[in-house]
Amino acid sequence: MSELALTLIRLAFLGLLWLFVLITILVLRRDLRQPAETRPTGRARPVKAPKPAKVARASKVRGTKLVVTEGPLTGTVIPLNTAQVTIGRAPDSTVVIEDDYASSRHARVYPSEGAWVVEDLGSTNGTWIDRTRITTPTVLPVGAALRVGRTTLQMQR
Amino acid sequence: MSESEPQSIRRQPSRRGTELLLLICAWALGVLGTLQIGWSTGEGTPSRLWVTVGVVGVLALVMHLVVRWKAKYADPILLPVATLLTILGLLMIYRIDVAAAQRAERNSAPQPTPDVYAQLTWFAIAVVLFVAVLILVKDHRRLQRYTYSFGLLGLILLILPLAPIIGTTVNGATLWVRVGGLSFQPAEAAKILLTLFFAGYLVVKRDSLALVRTKFLGLGFPQLRDLGPLVIAWVVSLGVLVFERDLGTSLLFFGLFITMLYIATQRRSWLIIGSLFFAVGAYLAYQLFEHVRNRVTVWLDPWAYADTTGYQIVQSLYGFANGGIMGAGLGQGFPTFVPFANTDFIVAAIGEELGLTGMFALLLLYAVLIERGLRTAVSVRDSFGQLLAAGLAITLALQVFVIIGGVTRLIPLTGLTTPFLSYGGSSLVANWVIIALLIRISDRARRPEVQQFDADDALTQVVRRV
Repeated sequence: MSELALTLIRLAFLGLLWLFVLITILVLRRDLRQPAETRPTGRARPVKAPKPAKVARASKVRGTKLVVTEGPLTGTVIPLNTAQVTIGRAPDSTVVIEDDYASSRHARVYPSEGAWVVEDLGSTNGTWIDRTRITTPTVLPVGAALRVGRTTLQMQR
Repeated sequence: MSESEPQSIRRQPSRRGTELLLLICAWALGVLGTLQIGWSTGEGTPSRLWVTVGVVGVLALVMHLVVRWKAKYADPILLPVATLLTILGLLMIYRIDVAAAQRAERNSAPQPTPDVYAQLTWFAIAVVLFVAVLILVKDHRRLQRYTYSFGLLGLILLILPLAPIIGTTVNGATLWVRVGGLSFQPAEAAKILLTLFFAGYLVVKRDSLALVRTKFLGLGFPQLRDLGPLVIAWVVSLGVLVFERDLGTSLLFFGLFITMLYIATQRRSWLIIGSLFFAVGAYLAYQLFEHVRNRVTVWLDPWAYADTTGYQIVQSLYGFANGGIMGAGLGQGFPTFVPFANTDFIVAAIGEELGLTGMFALLLLYAVLIERGLRTAVSVRDSFGQLLAAGLAITLALQVFVIIGGVTRLIPLTGLTTPFLSYGGSSLVANWVIIALLIRISDRARRPEVQQFDADDALTQVVRRV
């Protein structure tokens, strides 16, 4: 093998290696261009209010449902049973809200001594009941509006 | 994230064609590289060229077809990149075999057995496992059921090398298990099992871990009770370090757990606590263990120990220097100057023969692989899948960082295998299983949603069933 031929093969090898890298990067770029396609469409879709199949059994706690009155999920009804409800952008939250002003784990609503209590989970923009920003777990009375980011939920009987 | 996308569900291209093209490209690189090594070392066209090249081609094709069959919408990048890395590893191992054989001939010593065929066999076993994972694990969410079994099994595997009779010590580190004529590193399997365990555990516990109770210095710190798992991870990884003298593995496990905690809870305080634990652990290890101290002193000034403990790293750096920008060319460097050139220091051999250009391509390949893993984590819907994909990607990332950082003297050298490249069966097989799992998850993430999903998901999305 002549020196020249070896040099050419050497460069060809590096060239092919980089060609491979460039093709992968092209594919990556195509994926970035169409983020909606690679991402499941489900999460971004505003969900129509599912009719609660069963109305929560008469529980001791006062409110029985949270109704979304403002924001992308408007109309959604979240029946309150006995378990806590978490609100945030994280996909495993009970109420998943797509909102840049909400934190991943924004707030939770849980039953305590016959009432529903809201607790802010260290969110960036705060959790508001009517016009007050809450700092400690606060009781959410019937009729009160709970605001998380651009979403407002109302406690109903 | 996108604000109220149009509702239409568009066809997600499966991109299997791209995958095949890239695989052919990777295979062609293998052929070209083998020929180049044969010609430039004066061996001529390798005698068994078409057998080895054919085997690699068939293995790649089998994987491609299985992905087509079982995970149609999987990420098209993962498989070809991992294949190319394996092929580069096989090339370098073959190259080092040739060099070792020639040296033995010069010194009229007995011919060493070539490693490349063993590695090829391991690649075949890895492909079998890859196929098995894709066929057996139809849905990654099923794996969540066995969270604690995986955790227990992982821990057992981790301490297995300490067991009498079967545990073996090689070069001062006790991380081998020898049964019959076969030996393997259980830590490699344990890393996958523990990632599965961490993911399953954190999905369940992350609520309590994320609920911050005490604010301190402007950062929320978790409760003492929640620190439990962290302490356990810390103790286990230190235990591995103490009893098996395996610096790399303990670093890997600790880093893996911290990053997974951070991803699961999204609390920066975990990173700070983790760093504190790391600092304490590192300081203790430095004070207590001779070998840790050695590594650090050599790292600070390898040239002072160029003939003794620093020999490896100095030779490795000379190799990189000799490679320069374009590399010496495959078959034209002196990779055998570095001890363990085909395991820990395979990157040094690549750096010498492919140069900076090749190193950058290599690092980009790793970056792309890890990026695809993390992207899978971002796009899959279920939390377990997210954590698992992220954890697996992080495992690869940490390994690459620890070993390439060590070889290039960015950080003190710790023994870990270079994923897909290093000679060694357990590592190759384990990393291919990681790729299989990532492909399985990415198939789920990229699959266009069909009718059967909608009804169910719309409900669980808003109201979790209690």
